Amino acid sequence: MKSLDLRTAAVAVSCVLLVLLPLVGSDFFIDFVMTRTLMLGLAASTVVFLSAYGGMDSLAQWLMFGIAGFAVGNLVADSGRGLKLDWNPWTAVPVALIIVTIAALTLGALAARSTGIYFLMLTLTYAVIGFYFFGQVTTFSGFGGVTGIDAPDFFLGHPKRLYYAALVLSLGAYVGFRAIARTPFGMALQGVRDDPVRMASLGFNVSLHRTLAFTLAGFVAGLAGVLNIWWNGQIDPTSIGISPTLDLFIIAVIGGIIHLEGAWLGAFVFVGANIYLRDIPLLGDIGGVIGERILAEERFNTVIGIVLLTIVLVSPDGLAGIIARTRERLRNRSGANSTSTVATGTNESHN
Amino acid sequence: MTDVATRQAAKVKLGLLDLTPRQIILMRRIPVVIITALVAFALAWILFLADRSWTAHTSAGSAIAEPGEFIVTLLDGITFAGLLFVVASGFTLIFGLMRTVNMAHGAFFLLAAYIAIDLQQKFVGKTRNIQNEDVTMLKWFGPLLIGAAVAALLGVVMQQLFLRWNQGQDLRQAIITVAVTVILADQLLFQYGGLARRVVWPGDAVHFFEIFGQRYASSRLFMLGISIIVGISLWVWLNRTRMGMVIRAGVDDQEMVRALGINVAVVFGITFFVGSFLAGMGGVMGASFSGVALGTDGQWLLNSLIVVIIGGLGSIKGAVAGSLLFGLVSAFAPAYLPADYTFYSIIFTLVVLAIVLAVRPNGLYGRNE
Repeated sequence: MKSLDLRTAAVAVSCVLLVLLPLVGSDFFIDFVMTRTLMLGLAASTVVFLSAYGGMDSLAQWLMFGIAGFAVGNLVADSGRGLKLDWNPWTAVPVALIIVTIAALTLGALAARSTGIYFLMLTLTYAVIGFYFFGQVTTFSGFGGVTGIDAPDFFLGHPKRLYYAALVLSLGAYVGFRAIARTPFGMALQGVRDDPVRMASLGFNVSLHRTLAFTLAGFVAGLAGVLNIWWNGQIDPTSIGISPTLDLFIIAVIGGIIHLEGAWLGAFVFVGANIYLRDIPLLGDIGGVIGERILAEERFNTVIGIVLLTIVLVSPDGLAGIIARTRERLRNRSGANSTSTVATGTNESHN
Repeated sequence: MTDVATRQAAKVKLGLLDLTPRQIILMRRIPVVIITALVAFALAWILFLADRSWTAHTSAGSAIAEPGEFIVTLLDGITFAGLLFVVASGFTLIFGLMRTVNMAHGAFFLLAAYIAIDLQQKFVGKTRNIQNEDVTMLKWFGPLLIGAAVAALLGVVMQQLFLRWNQGQDLRQAIITVAVTVILADQLLFQYGGLARRVVWPGDAVHFFEIFGQRYASSRLFMLGISIIVGISLWVWLNRTRMGMVIRAGVDDQEMVRALGINVAVVFGITFFVGSFLAGMGGVMGASFSGVALGTDGQWLLNSLIVVIIGGLGSIKGAVAGSLLFGLVSAFAPAYLPADYTFYSIIFTLVVLAIVLAVRPNGLYGRNE
């Protein structure tokens, strides 16, 4: 399994770089690009986890992210909309995580019998109903959203600390998800992904495995949601509406929905494109040529849509897939007798 | 000793409990009993209990006390169901034959609506303050057909350019349509801005009439009439023509239809045309009914999804059932919830969805796969 070692090495090197990054990067870059990348990557990694190991393509992960945010917001904020309970930011965290886990457990149990494209649609329905729920139920928010949510003092005014928190959680999720895949539960989950009928006749409780995986993913997405609320200080229903919901899925797909590390890669491309689009020489100019800047940064969604379309048509397993294939091709060219077994090994190494 | 053994053997491990088969059968009935009780309570509430002096205050009175308010709510539900059916039948038609989840359905809805709004303004010759009297039937149906045709053509282009090559790859097709949605929605925002706009009903369709002492707009019944015509046409097309026969056969066994020498690619193209046309038609009707704005596309994608998840994907019958159920629930929930809790009516959509999925995971008329 040489390829696995290479992959681990690449991830380890990126980790070291990410740890050292605040020494060289500007505050703006750390706070607005990298912290966001890590948070979105953390949330997207749950999409990838569910898809790669459980065969469940979930659009409800952004809802979990939002539920955690709204829970923290209602508990911590002391004025404006919502419950205004004025709790200590730290005590709010476990409560918010419990709420999001229960929500994930309930919604997961309800969706566990649906598979494939049905699951995708059902979770999309969850996401949009969640949007209307927080929009209409003024007890918790209303369309104006919850504002003035303080992060703990430890993070206030220290963007680098928040960055490291996001990094630690991301790393934890990455290692954790890959470790879970090797536990009996993870093995059974992958069995359920590949052949639910056979697993059921072997005595495994298929819906229970799906529900638990969904719950775990909901919990991790909730962690990302808590981070985001500390970073952002406010949350409103529009930020959990249909378009950000699709954005998270797009991040996972751009990165490569079967490679866990693709989640952060996709998030980096997404955030980077969002911020630096106007600075990209070619794209910025096209905007000027065609009348009113069809491809300028305010038309960011069009650009992301085109990127997504291209990636899906060219490389269904996203950027991480492109990297994996390039690596393989290079090795095939240098190594004289690379057999097809090596290629199979690479393809299946994500399991 | 043997007695104990048989008693042990008769028990089956179910989760944490040891139960006899008979007890298991009884347990399986629990959800059905709970659901029946819930539905019975809801009916009793609407028919007899709501808004009495000794129950909670609701915006509409119970059916026996205030028949007018009840009938109006019922009509609201049914007419909204008509619009839901037009949009969702297109979605379910495409899915039934091609297994393609067309996430761009809402975007086609919005596109047709915007085109129809522009066209109607051109036809009438005014850009603002168009009155119902200015609009003849032709100035409503013209924009409707053209708007829907543009959406339909775009749908076919999308299908031919991107989806054809990925037939059978559900997720990939869904992502492609997501990408098209993102691009289309962004360009629509760019072209038309974020303000709410609407198509104006033709003057001949707008009258008010009295029903049990309540005023009711005939435009809603006009919309229902169109929906029924669409429904009947769809039924005739699918059940009484050769084309429809091919499509129904394609839903059942695509390989066999192909093997019989039928050009499936053409059938797919036509189905996509009709499905997107229905989305566009629904868009123009929806724009006349409640206006369109930024975000309407997502809302109608959601509506179509709820209808087809309730009714069962790929089934026209299911689309009728799903539309009626969803339409009625979304009309009755705000009217008959206690006045202080009206904003919880959105949860009822989720409750209906949960109940249907608990009993039939593939929807009311869905097939087991």
